[in-house]
Amino acid sequence: MIKIKNLSKSFSNGSTKIEAISNINLQINKDEIFGIIGLSGAGKSTLIRCLNRLEEPTEGNIFIEEKDITTFDKKSLNQLRKSIGMIFQHFNLLSQKTVYKNIAFPLELEGLSKDKINSRVNTLLEYVELKDKKYAYPSQLSGGQKQRVAIARALANNPKILLSDEGTSALDPKTTRSILKLLNKIRKEFGLTIVLITHQMEVIKDICDKVAIIEDGKIIEINTVEELFKNPKTQTAMDFISGLKSNIKNEIINPFDFKGTIVRLGYSEDNAKEPIVSNMIKNFNIQVNILSGNINKLMSTSIGHLILEIQGEDGEVNDAIKYLNNKSINVEVI
Amino acid sequence: MAELIVPALLETLYMVFFSTIFSLLLGLPLGVLLVVTEKNNIWEKLQLNRILNGIINILRSFPFIILMILLFPLSKIIVGKTIGTTATIVPLSIAAAPFVARIIEGSLKEVDKGIIESSLAMGASVTEIIFKVLIPESMPSLILGITTTIINLVGYSAMAGAIGGGGLGDVAIRYGLYRFQTDVMIISVAIIIVLVQGIQFLGNRLSLNINKK
Repeated sequence: MIKIKNLSKSFSNGSTKIEAISNINLQINKDEIFGIIGLSGAGKSTLIRCLNRLEEPTEGNIFIEEKDITTFDKKSLNQLRKSIGMIFQHFNLLSQKTVYKNIAFPLELEGLSKDKINSRVNTLLEYVELKDKKYAYPSQLSGGQKQRVAIARALANNPKILLSDEGTSALDPKTTRSILKLLNKIRKEFGLTIVLITHQMEVIKDICDKVAIIEDGKIIEINTVEELFKNPKTQTAMDFISGLKSNIKNEIINPFDFKGTIVRLGYSEDNAKEPIVSNMIKNFNIQVNILSGNINKLMSTSIGHLILEIQGEDGEVNDAIKYLNNKSINVEVI
Repeated sequence: MAELIVPALLETLYMVFFSTIFSLLLGLPLGVLLVVTEKNNIWEKLQLNRILNGIINILRSFPFIILMILLFPLSKIIVGKTIGTTATIVPLSIAAAPFVARIIEGSLKEVDKGIIESSLAMGASVTEIIFKVLIPESMPSLILGITTTIINLVGYSAMAGAIGGGGLGDVAIRYGLYRFQTDVMIISVAIIIVLVQGIQFLGNRLSLNINKK
Protein backbone atom coordinates (compact mmCIF):
# COMPACT_ATOMS: atom_id res chain seq x y z
CA MET A 1 0.00 0.00 0.00
CA ILE A 2 2.63 2.50 1.12
CA LYS A 3 6.30 1.98 0.45
CA ILE A 4 8.86 4.45 1.69
CA LYS A 5 12.30 4.23 0.14
CA ASN A 6 15.43 5.98 1.43
CA LEU A 7 13.41 8.96 2.51
CA SER A 8 15.29 11.95 3.92
CA LYS A 9 14.31 15.45 4.78
CA SER A 10 16.65 18.15 5.92
CA PHE A 11 16.01 21.75 6.81
CA SER A 12 18.64 24.33 6.24
CA ASN A 13 18.69 26.90 8.96
CA GLY A 14 21.08 29.52 7.68
CA SER A 15 24.39 27.75 7.38
CA THR A 16 23.50 24.72 9.48
CA LYS A 17 21.70 21.77 7.94
CA ILE A 18 19.36 19.85 10.20
CA GLU A 19 18.42 16.32 9.22
CA ALA A 20 14.86 15.80 10.41
CA ILE A 21 14.63 12.29 9.03
CA SER A 22 17.26 10.33 7.21
CA ASN A 23 17.18 7.24 5.06
CA ILE A 24 13.80 5.95 6.15
CA ASN A 25 12.59 2.67 4.68
CA LEU A 26 9.14 1.38 5.56
CA GLN A 27 6.45 -0.75 4.13
CA ILE A 28 2.88 -0.35 5.27
CA ASN A 29 0.37 -2.93 4.13
CA LYS A 30 -3.26 -2.50 3.24
CA ASP A 31 -5.73 -2.50 6.16
CA GLU A 32 -2.90 -2.23 8.61
CA ILE A 33 -2.77 0.12 11.56
CA PHE A 34 0.84 1.15 11.53
CA GLY A 35 2.18 3.10 14.46
CA ILE A 36 5.28 5.25 14.45
CA ILE A 37 6.45 6.07 17.93
CA GLY A 38 9.19 8.40 19.04
CA LEU A 39 9.96 11.17 21.44
CA SER A 40 9.29 14.74 20.45
CA GLY A 41 11.85 15.96 17.95
CA ALA A 42 12.52 12.45 16.71
CA GLY A 43 11.18 13.31 13.27
CA LYS A 44 7.93 11.38 13.35
CA SER A 45 5.87 14.43 12.50
CA THR A 46 8.07 15.20 9.51
CA LEU A 47 7.79 11.60 8.38
CA ILE A 48 3.99 11.45 8.43
CA ARG A 49 3.77 14.84 6.72
CA CYS A 50 5.87 13.53 3.87
CA LEU A 51 3.16 10.96 3.14
CA ASN A 52 0.86 13.65 1.75
CA ARG A 53 3.71 16.03 1.03
CA LEU A 54 2.73 18.67 3.54
CA GLU A 55 6.46 18.33 3.98
CA GLU A 56 8.55 17.98 0.83
CA PRO A 57 11.14 15.23 1.18
CA THR A 58 14.65 16.19 0.15
CA GLU A 59 15.56 12.68 -0.98
CA GLY A 60 13.93 9.33 -1.56
CA ASN A 61 10.63 8.08 -2.84
CA ILE A 62 7.20 7.29 -1.50
CA PHE A 63 5.04 4.83 -3.37
CA ILE A 64 1.34 4.77 -2.67
CA GLU A 65 -0.36 1.95 -4.55
CA GLU A 66 2.74 1.64 -6.73
CA LYS A 67 2.71 5.31 -7.73
CA ASP A 68 5.65 7.46 -6.77
CA ILE A 69 3.99 10.47 -5.18
CA THR A 70 7.23 12.44 -4.93
CA THR A 71 6.95 13.05 -8.67
CA PHE A 72 3.35 14.33 -8.57
CA ASP A 73 2.60 17.83 -9.87
CA LYS A 74 0.34 20.22 -7.96
CA LYS A 75 -2.84 18.97 -9.54
CA SER A 76 -2.27 15.27 -8.97
CA LEU A 77 -0.97 16.09 -5.52
CA ASN A 78 -4.26 17.77 -4.57
CA GLN A 79 -6.10 14.80 -6.03
CA LEU A 80 -3.95 12.47 -3.93
CA ARG A 81 -4.55 14.52 -0.81
CA LYS A 82 -8.28 14.14 -1.31
CA SER A 83 -7.80 10.38 -1.09
CA ILE A 84 -5.83 10.58 2.15
CA GLY A 85 -7.61 11.67 5.31
CA MET A 86 -5.65 13.31 8.08
CA ILE A 87 -6.35 14.14 11.69
CA PHE A 88 -4.26 16.31 13.98
CA GLN A 89 -3.36 16.72 17.62
CA HIS A 90 -5.19 20.02 17.85
CA PHE A 91 -8.07 18.96 15.59
CA ASN A 92 -7.68 21.98 13.29
CA LEU A 93 -11.37 22.55 12.71
CA LEU A 94 -12.66 25.71 11.10
CA SER A 95 -13.60 27.75 14.15
CA GLN A 96 -16.15 29.97 12.39
CA LYS A 97 -18.07 27.09 10.84
CA THR A 98 -20.57 24.65 12.30
CA VAL A 99 -19.85 20.96 12.72
CA TYR A 100 -21.96 20.35 9.64
CA LYS A 101 -20.03 22.89 7.57
CA ASN A 102 -16.71 21.51 8.76
CA ILE A 103 -17.54 18.01 7.59
CA ALA A 104 -19.00 19.41 4.37
CA PHE A 105 -15.81 21.33 3.61
CA PRO A 106 -13.85 18.57 1.81
CA LEU A 107 -17.02 17.66 -0.10
CA GLU A 108 -17.41 21.26 -1.23
CA LEU A 109 -13.81 21.21 -2.40
CA GLU A 110 -14.72 18.14 -4.40
CA GLY A 111 -17.55 20.14 -5.98
CA LEU A 112 -20.39 17.85 -4.94
CA SER A 113 -24.01 18.97 -5.16
CA LYS A 114 -25.77 20.30 -2.05
CA ASP A 115 -28.00 17.21 -1.82
CA LYS A 116 -25.11 14.82 -2.00
CA ILE A 117 -23.16 16.80 0.58
CA ASN A 118 -26.17 16.85 2.86
CA SER A 119 -26.74 13.11 2.80
CA ARG A 120 -23.05 12.31 3.15
CA VAL A 121 -22.55 14.66 6.10
CA ASN A 122 -25.61 13.24 7.85
CA THR A 123 -24.34 9.69 7.41
CA LEU A 124 -20.96 10.68 8.81
CA LEU A 125 -22.49 12.56 11.74
CA GLU A 126 -24.44 9.47 12.63
CA TYR A 127 -21.34 7.32 12.30
CA VAL A 128 -19.32 9.41 14.75
CA GLU A 129 -22.38 9.79 17.01
CA LEU A 130 -22.61 13.56 16.82
CA LYS A 131 -25.99 14.03 15.17
CA ASP A 132 -27.16 16.35 17.91
CA LYS A 133 -24.13 18.59 17.46
CA LYS A 134 -24.80 19.27 13.80
CA TYR A 135 -25.21 23.02 14.21
CA ALA A 136 -22.78 23.49 17.08
CA TYR A 137 -19.52 25.35 16.62
CA PRO A 138 -16.17 23.73 17.50
CA SER A 139 -15.74 26.00 20.53
CA GLN A 140 -18.85 24.39 22.03
CA LEU A 141 -17.43 20.87 21.80
CA SER A 142 -15.19 18.82 24.05
CA GLY A 143 -11.81 17.61 22.80
CA GLY A 144 -13.14 14.14 22.05
CA GLN A 145 -16.09 15.54 20.13
CA LYS A 146 -13.81 17.82 18.14
CA GLN A 147 -11.65 14.87 17.15
CA ARG A 148 -14.77 12.95 16.11
CA VAL A 149 -15.72 15.83 13.85
CA ALA A 150 -12.19 15.84 12.47
CA ILE A 151 -12.41 12.09 11.86
CA ALA A 152 -15.75 12.48 10.09
CA ARG A 153 -14.21 15.23 7.97
CA ALA A 154 -11.21 13.06 7.18
CA LEU A 155 -13.52 10.22 6.10
CA ALA A 156 -15.80 12.41 3.99
CA ASN A 157 -14.12 11.66 0.68
CA ASN A 158 -13.88 7.91 1.34
CA PRO A 159 -10.11 7.90 1.63
CA LYS A 160 -7.98 4.78 1.39
CA ILE A 161 -5.49 6.00 3.92
CA LEU A 162 -5.92 7.84 7.19
CA LEU A 163 -3.01 9.67 8.76
CA SER A 164 -3.12 10.56 12.42
CA ASP A 165 -0.63 13.12 13.62
CA GLU A 166 -0.72 12.68 17.40
CA GLY A 167 -4.48 12.41 17.08
CA THR A 168 -5.02 11.47 20.70
CA SER A 169 -2.21 13.36 22.38
CA ALA A 170 -4.38 16.25 23.51
CA LEU A 171 -7.06 13.99 24.96
CA ASP A 172 -7.53 12.45 28.37
CA PRO A 173 -7.03 8.66 28.71
CA LYS A 174 -10.73 7.79 28.59
CA THR A 175 -11.39 9.92 25.50
CA THR A 176 -8.22 8.56 23.94
CA ARG A 177 -9.59 5.04 24.27
CA SER A 178 -12.90 5.97 22.71
CA ILE A 179 -11.18 7.66 19.78
CA LEU A 180 -8.91 4.65 19.31
CA LYS A 181 -11.95 2.40 19.38
CA LEU A 182 -13.52 4.52 16.69
CA LEU A 183 -10.37 4.34 14.55
CA ASN A 184 -10.29 0.58 14.88
CA LYS A 185 -13.94 0.35 13.91
CA ILE A 186 -13.25 2.52 10.87
CA ARG A 187 -10.37 0.33 9.80
CA LYS A 188 -12.51 -2.79 10.04
CA GLU A 189 -15.59 -1.37 8.36
CA PHE A 190 -14.00 0.69 5.62
CA GLY A 191 -10.85 -1.33 5.05
CA LEU A 192 -8.74 1.70 5.71
CA THR A 193 -5.00 1.76 6.13
CA ILE A 194 -4.12 3.88 9.13
CA VAL A 195 -0.72 5.40 9.77
CA LEU A 196 -0.41 7.09 13.11
CA ILE A 197 2.37 8.78 14.96
CA THR A 198 2.38 9.08 18.70
CA HIS A 199 4.60 9.34 21.71
CA GLN A 200 2.23 7.23 23.77
CA MET A 201 2.88 3.50 23.99
CA GLU A 202 -0.74 3.03 25.08
CA VAL A 203 -1.86 4.01 21.61
CA ILE A 204 0.48 1.51 19.98
CA LYS A 205 -0.58 -1.15 22.44
CA ASP A 206 -4.29 -0.55 21.98
CA ILE A 207 -4.73 -0.51 18.23
CA CYS A 208 -1.57 -0.95 16.20
CA ASP A 209 -0.60 -4.07 14.31
CA LYS A 210 2.89 -2.96 13.56
CA VAL A 211 5.15 -0.36 14.99
CA ALA A 212 8.26 1.51 13.96
CA ILE A 213 10.37 3.27 16.52
CA ILE A 214 12.00 6.45 15.35
CA GLU A 215 14.89 8.13 17.08
CA ASP A 216 17.00 11.04 15.86
CA GLY A 217 15.37 10.85 12.46
CA LYS A 218 16.11 7.18 11.95
CA ILE A 219 13.96 4.10 12.25
CA ILE A 220 15.68 1.98 14.85
CA GLU A 221 13.20 -0.84 15.17
CA ILE A 222 10.30 -2.20 13.13
CA ASN A 223 8.26 -4.92 14.71
CA THR A 224 4.82 -6.35 15.17
CA VAL A 225 3.37 -4.95 18.35
CA GLU A 226 3.23 -8.42 19.87
CA GLU A 227 6.92 -9.03 19.24
CA LEU A 228 7.82 -5.60 20.49
CA PHE A 229 6.19 -6.24 23.82
CA LYS A 230 7.55 -9.74 24.14
CA ASN A 231 11.01 -9.07 22.96
CA PRO A 232 11.98 -5.44 22.40
CA LYS A 233 15.25 -5.13 20.49
CA THR A 234 16.31 -1.63 21.41
CA GLN A 235 16.70 0.30 24.63
CA THR A 236 14.29 2.96 23.39
CA ALA A 237 11.63 0.31 22.85
CA MET A 238 12.19 -0.99 26.35
CA ASP A 239 11.93 2.51 27.74
CA PHE A 240 8.64 3.06 25.97
CA ILE A 241 7.28 -0.23 27.26
CA SER A 242 8.54 0.31 30.76
CA GLY A 243 6.57 3.52 30.79
CA LEU A 244 3.57 1.20 30.72
CA LYS A 245 4.77 -1.65 32.87
CA SER A 246 5.07 -1.19 36.54
CA ASN A 247 8.35 0.58 36.42
CA ILE A 248 10.82 -1.45 38.38
CA LYS A 249 13.03 1.45 39.29
CA ASN A 250 10.27 3.62 40.67
CA GLU A 251 7.65 1.24 41.82
CA ILE A 252 9.28 -1.76 43.23
CA ILE A 253 12.03 -1.05 45.44
CA ASN A 254 15.58 -0.57 44.47
CA PRO A 255 17.02 -3.72 42.80
CA PHE A 256 20.16 -3.26 44.88
CA ASP A 257 18.13 -3.96 48.01
CA PHE A 258 17.82 -7.55 46.87
CA LYS A 259 20.47 -10.15 47.27
CA GLY A 260 19.21 -12.37 44.49
CA THR A 261 19.12 -11.87 40.74
CA ILE A 262 16.14 -9.93 39.49
CA VAL A 263 14.66 -11.00 36.18
CA ARG A 264 11.78 -9.72 34.12
CA LEU A 265 9.86 -12.32 32.15
CA GLY A 266 7.76 -11.45 29.16
CA TYR A 267 5.28 -14.04 27.94
CA SER A 268 2.32 -14.23 25.61
CA GLU A 269 -0.93 -16.15 25.78
CA ASP A 270 0.64 -19.18 24.11
CA ASN A 271 3.08 -19.97 26.89
CA ALA A 272 0.93 -18.76 29.73
CA LYS A 273 -0.60 -22.23 30.04
CA GLU A 274 2.62 -23.96 31.02
CA PRO A 275 3.62 -23.74 34.70
CA ILE A 276 7.09 -22.49 33.83
CA VAL A 277 7.94 -20.81 37.12
CA SER A 278 6.80 -23.73 39.19
CA ASN A 279 8.82 -26.15 37.03
CA MET A 280 11.86 -23.94 37.39
CA ILE A 281 11.62 -24.00 41.17
CA LYS A 282 11.31 -27.79 41.16
CA ASN A 283 14.20 -28.35 38.76
CA PHE A 284 16.77 -26.08 40.31
CA ASN A 285 17.94 -25.47 43.81
CA ILE A 286 16.71 -21.94 44.00
CA GLN A 287 14.18 -19.80 45.77
CA VAL A 288 11.86 -17.47 43.94
CA ASN A 289 10.30 -14.32 45.23
CA ILE A 290 7.58 -12.74 43.09
CA LEU A 291 7.96 -8.96 43.07
CA SER A 292 5.37 -7.88 40.59
CA GLY A 293 3.35 -8.96 37.62
CA ASN A 294 1.06 -7.41 35.09
CA ILE A 295 -0.62 -8.01 31.78
CA ASN A 296 -0.79 -5.67 28.78
CA LYS A 297 -3.76 -6.23 26.55
CA LEU A 298 -2.74 -5.71 22.94
CA MET A 299 -4.92 -5.63 19.85
CA SER A 300 -4.36 -9.27 18.94
CA THR A 301 -3.11 -10.87 22.12
CA SER A 302 -2.00 -10.20 25.66
CA ILE A 303 1.53 -9.92 26.91
CA GLY A 304 2.30 -10.63 30.55
CA HIS A 305 5.24 -9.50 32.59
CA LEU A 306 6.50 -11.00 35.77
CA ILE A 307 9.34 -9.71 37.85
CA LEU A 308 11.05 -12.28 40.03
CA GLU A 309 13.92 -12.37 42.44
CA ILE A 310 15.87 -15.61 42.15
CA GLN A 311 18.03 -16.59 45.09
CA GLY A 312 20.53 -19.41 45.22
CA GLU A 313 24.03 -20.30 44.20
CA ASP A 314 25.32 -18.56 41.08
CA GLY A 315 25.52 -21.75 39.06
CA GLU A 316 21.98 -22.79 39.92
CA VAL A 317 20.61 -19.32 39.21
CA ASN A 318 22.34 -19.18 35.83
CA ASP A 319 20.99 -22.59 34.92
CA ALA A 320 17.51 -21.49 35.93
CA ILE A 321 17.78 -18.44 33.70
CA LYS A 322 19.00 -20.63 30.86
CA TYR A 323 15.98 -22.84 31.43
CA LEU A 324 13.70 -19.83 31.15
CA ASN A 325 15.42 -18.71 27.99
CA ASN A 326 14.72 -22.07 26.41
CA LYS A 327 11.02 -21.70 27.13
CA SER A 328 10.51 -19.10 24.39
CA ILE A 329 9.74 -16.41 26.87
CA ASN A 330 11.63 -13.20 26.97
CA VAL A 331 14.02 -12.95 29.90
CA GLU A 332 15.71 -9.79 30.95
CA VAL A 333 18.11 -9.71 33.86
CA ILE A 334 17.87 -6.45 35.69
CA MET B 1 -25.77 76.76 11.34
CA ALA B 2 -27.67 73.64 10.29
CA GLU B 3 -27.46 74.64 6.62
CA LEU B 4 -23.71 74.67 7.09
CA ILE B 5 -23.30 71.49 9.12
CA VAL B 6 -25.81 69.12 7.50
CA PRO B 7 -24.40 69.25 3.93
CA ALA B 8 -20.90 68.99 5.40
CA LEU B 9 -21.88 65.90 7.38
CA LEU B 10 -23.39 64.33 4.27
CA GLU B 11 -20.21 65.11 2.34
CA THR B 12 -18.11 63.48 5.04
CA LEU B 13 -20.29 60.38 5.07
CA TYR B 14 -20.15 60.23 1.28
CA MET B 15 -16.36 60.52 1.24
CA VAL B 16 -15.87 58.01 4.04
CA PHE B 17 -18.30 55.50 2.56
CA PHE B 18 -16.76 55.41 -0.89
CA SER B 19 -13.17 55.72 0.17
CA THR B 20 -13.72 52.79 2.58
CA ILE B 21 -15.03 50.67 -0.26
CA PHE B 22 -12.25 51.63 -2.67
CA SER B 23 -9.47 51.39 -0.12
CA LEU B 24 -10.72 47.92 0.79
CA LEU B 25 -10.83 46.92 -2.84
CA LEU B 26 -7.20 47.97 -3.13
CA GLY B 27 -6.01 46.95 0.31
CA LEU B 28 -7.67 43.56 0.69
CA PRO B 29 -5.89 41.87 -2.22
CA LEU B 30 -2.65 43.53 -1.14
CA GLY B 31 -3.06 42.28 2.40
CA VAL B 32 -3.86 38.77 1.21
CA LEU B 33 -0.82 38.81 -1.09
CA LEU B 34 1.40 40.02 1.74
CA VAL B 35 0.40 36.98 3.78
CA VAL B 36 0.30 34.18 1.23
CA THR B 37 3.57 35.12 -0.47
CA GLU B 38 5.65 35.21 2.67
CA LYS B 39 8.10 32.48 3.63
CA ASN B 40 6.58 29.06 4.31
CA ASN B 41 3.12 30.27 3.38
CA ILE B 42 0.74 28.75 0.87
CA TRP B 43 2.01 30.69 -2.15
CA GLU B 44 5.59 31.52 -1.21
CA LYS B 45 6.94 34.25 -3.55
CA LEU B 46 9.69 35.93 -1.61
CA GLN B 47 10.66 38.43 -4.31
CA LEU B 48 7.08 39.64 -4.74
CA ASN B 49 6.67 39.77 -0.99
CA ARG B 50 9.72 41.99 -0.60
CA ILE B 51 8.54 44.35 -3.34
CA LEU B 52 5.04 44.65 -1.87
CA ASN B 53 6.41 45.28 1.59
CA GLY B 54 8.73 47.94 0.21
CA ILE B 55 5.98 49.78 -1.65
CA ILE B 56 3.63 49.69 1.32
CA ASN B 57 6.28 50.94 3.70
CA ILE B 58 7.21 53.79 1.39
CA LEU B 59 3.59 54.84 0.92
CA ARG B 60 2.96 54.67 4.64
CA SER B 61 6.03 56.80 5.37
CA PHE B 62 4.56 59.82 3.57
CA PRO B 63 2.74 62.33 5.74
CA PHE B 64 -0.85 61.66 4.78
CA ILE B 65 -1.65 65.16 3.65
CA ILE B 66 1.40 65.27 1.34
CA LEU B 67 0.48 61.93 -0.17
CA MET B 68 -3.01 63.20 -0.90
CA ILE B 69 -1.68 66.31 -2.56
CA LEU B 70 0.66 64.18 -4.67
CA LEU B 71 -2.28 62.01 -5.69
CA PHE B 72 -4.62 64.82 -6.75
CA PRO B 73 -3.41 64.72 -10.37
CA LEU B 74 -4.77 61.19 -10.42
CA SER B 75 -8.21 62.55 -9.50
CA LYS B 76 -8.00 64.77 -12.56
CA ILE B 77 -7.55 61.68 -14.70
CA ILE B 78 -10.18 59.55 -12.97
CA VAL B 79 -12.99 61.98 -12.07
CA GLY B 80 -11.99 64.97 -14.17
CA LYS B 81 -11.36 67.47 -11.35
CA THR B 82 -9.14 67.98 -8.32
CA ILE B 83 -11.49 69.89 -6.03
CA GLY B 84 -14.57 68.63 -4.21
CA THR B 85 -15.68 65.58 -2.35
CA THR B 86 -15.77 63.20 -5.31
CA ALA B 87 -12.27 64.23 -6.33
CA THR B 88 -11.08 63.63 -2.78
CA ILE B 89 -12.23 60.02 -2.77
CA VAL B 90 -9.43 59.07 -5.17
CA PRO B 91 -6.45 60.18 -3.06
CA LEU B 92 -8.21 59.13 0.15
CA SER B 93 -8.73 55.59 -1.11
CA ILE B 94 -5.26 55.18 -2.51
CA ALA B 95 -3.55 56.76 0.47
CA ALA B 96 -5.51 54.55 2.88
CA ALA B 97 -4.93 51.35 0.90
CA PRO B 98 -1.46 50.55 2.32
CA PHE B 99 -2.84 51.02 5.81
CA VAL B 100 -5.72 48.69 4.99
CA ALA B 101 -3.28 46.15 3.57
CA ARG B 102 -1.37 46.06 6.87
CA ILE B 103 -4.57 45.75 8.88
CA ILE B 104 -5.77 42.87 6.69
CA GLU B 105 -2.34 41.25 6.89
CA GLY B 106 -2.48 41.34 10.67
CA SER B 107 -5.94 39.79 10.77
CA LEU B 108 -5.13 37.02 8.33
CA LYS B 109 -1.99 36.14 10.22
CA GLU B 110 -4.09 35.39 13.28
CA VAL B 111 -5.55 32.34 11.56
CA ASP B 112 -4.21 29.19 13.17
CA LYS B 113 -1.51 27.60 11.01
CA GLY B 114 -2.96 24.20 11.82
CA ILE B 115 -6.22 25.09 10.09
CA ILE B 116 -4.34 26.04 6.94
CA GLU B 117 -2.38 22.83 7.15
CA SER B 118 -5.49 20.70 7.50
CA SER B 119 -7.01 22.48 4.49
CA LEU B 120 -3.90 21.73 2.47
CA ALA B 121 -4.14 18.11 3.60
CA MET B 122 -7.69 18.03 2.24
CA GLY B 123 -6.39 19.04 -1.16
CA ALA B 124 -7.55 22.66 -1.11
CA SER B 125 -5.92 24.96 -3.66
CA VAL B 126 -4.38 28.33 -2.81
CA THR B 127 -7.49 30.24 -3.95
CA GLU B 128 -9.78 27.90 -2.07
CA ILE B 129 -7.77 28.41 1.09
CA ILE B 130 -7.85 32.19 0.70
CA PHE B 131 -11.59 32.44 0.11
CA LYS B 132 -12.91 29.51 2.09
CA VAL B 133 -10.49 29.44 5.01
CA LEU B 134 -8.32 32.52 5.53
CA ILE B 135 -10.96 35.19 5.01
CA PRO B 136 -13.92 33.48 6.74
CA GLU B 137 -11.75 32.37 9.67
CA SER B 138 -10.42 35.87 10.26
CA MET B 139 -13.75 37.64 9.67
CA PRO B 140 -14.29 38.86 13.25
CA SER B 141 -10.80 40.32 13.28
CA LEU B 142 -11.22 41.71 9.75
CA ILE B 143 -14.36 43.53 10.84
CA LEU B 144 -12.48 45.18 13.69
CA GLY B 145 -9.76 46.11 11.20
CA ILE B 146 -12.28 47.58 8.80
CA THR B 147 -13.79 49.52 11.69
CA THR B 148 -10.38 51.02 12.42
CA THR B 149 -10.04 51.81 8.72
CA ILE B 150 -13.37 53.64 8.61
CA ILE B 151 -12.47 55.66 11.68
CA ASN B 152 -9.12 56.54 10.17
CA LEU B 153 -10.87 57.62 7.01
CA VAL B 154 -13.14 59.89 9.03
CA GLY B 155 -9.99 61.55 10.32
CA TYR B 156 -8.31 61.59 6.92
CA SER B 157 -11.41 63.03 5.27
CA ALA B 158 -11.35 65.86 7.79
CA MET B 159 -7.75 66.50 6.80
CA ALA B 160 -8.77 66.35 3.16
CA GLY B 161 -11.11 69.22 3.95
CA ALA B 162 -8.08 71.42 4.46
CA ILE B 163 -7.02 70.90 0.86
CA GLY B 164 -10.35 71.50 -0.78
CA GLY B 165 -12.13 68.26 -0.08
CA GLY B 166 -15.21 69.59 1.65
CA GLY B 167 -16.97 67.87 4.53
CA LEU B 168 -16.89 68.55 8.27
CA GLY B 169 -13.15 69.10 8.34
CA ASP B 170 -13.48 71.78 5.73
CA VAL B 171 -16.23 73.54 7.69
CA ALA B 172 -14.27 73.32 10.92
CA ILE B 173 -11.21 74.90 9.32
CA ARG B 174 -12.87 77.51 7.17
CA TYR B 175 -15.50 78.72 9.64
CA GLY B 176 -14.25 77.52 12.98
CA LEU B 177 -10.58 78.32 12.59
CA TYR B 178 -10.23 81.06 9.98
CA ARG B 179 -13.40 82.98 10.90
CA PHE B 180 -13.19 82.39 14.63
CA GLN B 181 -16.66 80.81 14.78
CA THR B 182 -15.94 78.67 17.79
CA ASP B 183 -19.47 77.24 17.89
CA VAL B 184 -19.07 75.85 14.37
CA MET B 185 -15.75 74.38 15.34
CA ILE B 186 -17.16 72.73 18.46
CA ILE B 187 -20.19 71.31 16.69
CA SER B 188 -18.12 69.95 13.80
CA VAL B 189 -15.71 68.27 16.15
CA ALA B 190 -18.55 66.96 18.33
CA ILE B 191 -20.23 65.38 15.32
CA ILE B 192 -16.98 63.74 14.31
CA ILE B 193 -16.58 62.38 17.84
CA VAL B 194 -20.11 60.94 17.77
CA LEU B 195 -19.40 59.41 14.35
CA VAL B 196 -16.24 57.74 15.57
CA GLN B 197 -17.85 56.44 18.75
CA GLY B 198 -20.81 55.08 16.82
CA ILE B 199 -18.68 53.36 14.20
CA GLN B 200 -16.45 51.75 16.82
CA PHE B 201 -19.46 50.58 18.80
CA LEU B 202 -21.11 49.02 15.78
CA GLY B 203 -17.87 47.41 14.65
CA ASN B 204 -17.24 45.86 18.06
CA ARG B 205 -20.79 44.57 18.29
CA LEU B 206 -20.73 43.06 14.81
CA SER B 207 -17.34 41.42 15.33
CA LEU B 208 -18.46 39.94 18.63
CA ASN B 209 -21.75 38.72 17.22
CA ILE B 210 -20.29 36.82 14.31
CA ASN B 211 -17.35 35.36 16.22
CA LYS B 212 -17.95 31.69 16.98
CA LYS B 213 -14.53 31.03 18.42
